[in-house]
Amino acid sequence: MASVQISDVRKSFGGFEVLHGVTVPIEDGAFVVLVGPSGCGKSTLLRMLAGLERITSGTISIGERVVNDVQPKERDIAMVFQNYALYPHMTVAQNMGFSLKLRGADQNAIDSKVNRAADILDLRQLLDRFPRQLSGGQRQRVAMGRAIVRDPQVFLFDEPLSNLDAKLRVAMRTEIKELHQRLKTTTVYVTHDQIEAMTMADKIVVMHDGIVEQIGAPLELYDRPDNKFVAGFIGSPAMNFLDGTLKVNGGAPYVETANGAKLPLVDAPAASNGRPVSYGIRPEHLAFADSGIEAEVAVVEPTGSETQIVARVGNQEMIAVFRERHPIAPGDRIHLQPRPDVAHLFDRDNGQRLRA
Amino acid sequence: MTTIQMQGQTHSGPSTWQRLRTSRNFIALWFMLPAAAFLILFLAYPLFLGVWMSFTDARIGRAGIFVGLENYEWLWGDSIFWLSVFNTILYTTVASAIKFAVGLYLALLLNRHMPFKAIIRAAVLVPFIVPTVLSAIAFWWIYDAQFSIISWSLIKLGVIHENINFLGDDNWARASVIFANIWRGVPFVAITLLAGLQTVSPSLYEAATLDGATAWQRFRYITYPLLTPIIAVVMTFSVLFTFTDFQLIWALTRGGPVNATHLMATLSYQRGILSGRLGEGAAIATAMIPFLLAAIAISWFGMQRRKWQQGTDND
Repeated sequence: MASVQISDVRKSFGGFEVLHGVTVPIEDGAFVVLVGPSGCGKSTLLRMLAGLERITSGTISIGERVVNDVQPKERDIAMVFQNYALYPHMTVAQNMGFSLKLRGADQNAIDSKVNRAADILDLRQLLDRFPRQLSGGQRQRVAMGRAIVRDPQVFLFDEPLSNLDAKLRVAMRTEIKELHQRLKTTTVYVTHDQIEAMTMADKIVVMHDGIVEQIGAPLELYDRPDNKFVAGFIGSPAMNFLDGTLKVNGGAPYVETANGAKLPLVDAPAASNGRPVSYGIRPEHLAFADSGIEAEVAVVEPTGSETQIVARVGNQEMIAVFRERHPIAPGDRIHLQPRPDVAHLFDRDNGQRLRA
Repeated sequence: MTTIQMQGQTHSGPSTWQRLRTSRNFIALWFMLPAAAFLILFLAYPLFLGVWMSFTDARIGRAGIFVGLENYEWLWGDSIFWLSVFNTILYTTVASAIKFAVGLYLALLLNRHMPFKAIIRAAVLVPFIVPTVLSAIAFWWIYDAQFSIISWSLIKLGVIHENINFLGDDNWARASVIFANIWRGVPFVAITLLAGLQTVSPSLYEAATLDGATAWQRFRYITYPLLTPIIAVVMTFSVLFTFTDFQLIWALTRGGPVNATHLMATLSYQRGILSGRLGEGAAIATAMIPFLLAAIAISWFGMQRRKWQQGTDND
């Protein structure tokens, strides 16, 4: 086990820079998730960590050692690929033992390590099968087994669950988390799915267009997003943003929208009266009320445990989620009351969070 | 009219015709018939005729009568026939082995990222595209006893002092035709293996790299085993084409000097058509069949062994 330090790492393909100076500290034993939309550079960063891509500038250290010029096999890392990358012509046992075989370990040592990993992942019955004969979830477990057998300093996961169906994905999510709690190996996990990030991570790194937008614990990102991007990316359904003008003149501050709705706030930065802002409010923080933002219901989507409402406010769309079952139908005019204590305020020009 | 009749019959369950009409197998049979007819007419029938002819003493202009194994008995004692068998096996073995080695090497090379990849790949195909007879004529000049560019270059370089008699000396002639065959056959092997290489997922190489494999180990444990199915197919074809080669030999040497490059195919043509002894020529051609079947059998059983390619139900 080891800590990982990514310092001001840049990556260019040809003349095109895709990572613009990324710094991520990863503590020993942590489960860190790199999350972001496709093309944000998260996979590239992981591949640089693995040694599959060269680092254009900056340094990556594993433990005390800078690994920029260290061969992948010498980095003592193990990676689980999105498509599992199991060797189709080898049995499960051979797949898992391949790295040990290459290192020249004797067959008894290989067998005992493979068996131990197979016990952890419940693969004992499948050791003689070929990847072709396995289901998606089983292949996923074999890929993890291959990583475990090596007993590496760091586990790398590259979108490992995206080829699985929804139900299996949830199950494997739990399994990976349990595995980490058991082995306590430093893990870097790449995904585009913010739910995966929220549920699994000790620490989330939100990336966007080659930069780190925010690093923090899952609930920290949820409760106090640094900017509009993180606010919109974390949480499902996504946070609503309403553009307006900040009003701070005695009394409680509020945001007034173009069509005259008043959005309540608990506090606001001083001396910012008249500032153009984005008012952010999560769907679950909107209450069905007699007063508040007036909206016209467009779509009602009940999921059983909760009901999601898509409503129009002027020319903007808002989403609200209620746990109660209100009698709402498309076309109804309703009032949505934001909870001021959990409202977020962002600068409209640069999207940064405004702190009181 | 048929439709009306059938509607009348539907009351007492579907008729035989109706059941046939909706049977997938029956329809498949109909679709296969034209292809099967072509194969039977132009492949199976001539083959059968050839085998039959080898049991007769047919000559050009004379139908011939059944003589049993007489032609084969005659060939058994014919040293030229055995020489042609030896030549054919030598030609096939050496040419196929080298074609495989060079083809695989080229395929691995072409599978890398390099500048002008598309042009280089196209260039590799040239020997395959040029008509055999045309390339044979080019080789004929290259191997010419007086004007050979190889001899000329080597003399100028001071390596040798007189022209090499490429097509006039037994062993030189064999080597020369084998070289020409390799030159022609390499692109087929290289491009087919390249296609096979491209089906190997790059992430397997990455996984192997992380597992600690060197370039040689990646080839030995990943590329080669994953390529074996396509190697089996491409080498079967290559062996079949080489074993039955006729054009190149006929254009370059006509089997000479003194039968040193006669293959079974060229000997069969010479005896059967040029000398007019159809029965004997057919016997030589028929004698090739066991060799070809053996080649197919080897690759067939080679392919059967690979359990990992097969379906899901063989635990």
